[in-house]
Amino acid sequence: MARSPINSVIYVTTAKSVVVEEHVVFSFTALCQASGADNAEVQALVAEGLLSPTGSGPEDWQFSGPSLLRARAALRLARELELSLHGAAIVMDLLAEIDALRARR
Amino acid sequence: MEFKDYYATLGVARTATQDEIKRAYRKLARKYHPDVSKEPDAEARFKEVAEAHEALIDAERRAAYDDIAQRQANGQPFEPPPGWDTGFEYSGRGDSGMAGGPDADFSDFFESLFGRAGRGRSGGEGARRAAGPMPMQGDDHHAKVLIDLQDSYHGAQRTISLRMPVVDTTGHATLQERQLEVNVPKGVRQGQHLRLSGQGAMGHGGAGAGDLYLEIQFRPHPVFRVDGRDIYFDLPIAPWEAALGATVTAPTPEGPVQLSIPPGSSQGRRLRLKGKGLPGKAPGDLYAVLVIALPPSGTQSAKEAYEALGRAFADYNPRIALEV
Repeated sequence: MARSPINSVIYVTTAKSVVVEEHVVFSFTALCQASGADNAEVQALVAEGLLSPTGSGPEDWQFSGPSLLRARAALRLARELELSLHGAAIVMDLLAEIDALRARR
Repeated sequence: MEFKDYYATLGVARTATQDEIKRAYRKLARKYHPDVSKEPDAEARFKEVAEAHEALIDAERRAAYDDIAQRQANGQPFEPPPGWDTGFEYSGRGDSGMAGGPDADFSDFFESLFGRAGRGRSGGEGARRAAGPMPMQGDDHHAKVLIDLQDSYHGAQRTISLRMPVVDTTGHATLQERQLEVNVPKGVRQGQHLRLSGQGAMGHGGAGAGDLYLEIQFRPHPVFRVDGRDIYFDLPIAPWEAALGATVTAPTPEGPVQLSIPPGSSQGRRLRLKGKGLPGKAPGDLYAVLVIALPPSGTQSAKEAYEALGRAFADYNPRIALEV
């Protein structure tokens, strides 16, 4: 199979950036879009306690910026290590602990 | 094109059962998963392992691969069978074509056999595209960007290169390379994301483009370790500096400073330089972790000095806490 040719034109764009973890709040649909997860997966992560949105239900859920990293990491672990989301949540807790220990070593 | 021995990658025999392949994959995936593993080449190894698993765990794909491997073994040059790439619909994950990461594409070899859609799990893109010609916002893309620790202290501008598939007006997909100048804001931390609005995939049916998310990674630093906003480094001191106190020159990401070691400092004591961690509204702290270095005892005068020390501390038992 021939690979798609690389277009020789190189676009240089200056892009404004914003730090997600500090300046972004996601709605339910925005978090699904940003993390590539479907609605059910994000709802499962909330049920698992890995994501803690404010608001009473999916329509008015508001997710903090760090939710994006957590959602992506949990889904990646679940998919690639064939874990349940519950198992992925435990792995993430342990990884966070290891990271903290390693930095203080 | 390089022929890939998927059985060797998984460390299983050609006669392995699907269960054995699954077991081998799970074991290696746990070992090399980039989120879990600290192996230096974990990401590349995981990709190889995942690709081998993807090729062999599906019975049809495995049979086809075995057929090719057989011919390969007979000395015929490797050539993908014609027509194998037809009938596949592109359903790569949104981050296809982006740098690095286990979500990145499989090898040319894999794609030549099974096409891009050979990947077992399709991302949201395929599913959403199947919904029809409704206007649909472009997918959000993810990539990583490596910066130096100092970039976070001072802020920086980085130019990054990205390749992404773009569908032109005639419906043909080409890989387009583009460069983005990105402002790395002062105080950004490891693992944080920058959002670049409208820099993701193009939308369909006139809808807007998706966003591009860049995950910040610090290049490993030989001296400084990063934990959130705080920075740690090991500061070696001589035994007499630890015992008697001293003023020593210590490194910080912003340049050397004079640091006073209190008398009676023990191994592992952390000296805090408040506010000298990563900058921000609540700046982090910089910690010097004291490491007591032992001078070599090779020379006669060094030996005598240690012996004199031993005599002066004849009653000192460093193992008193062990109660032996």
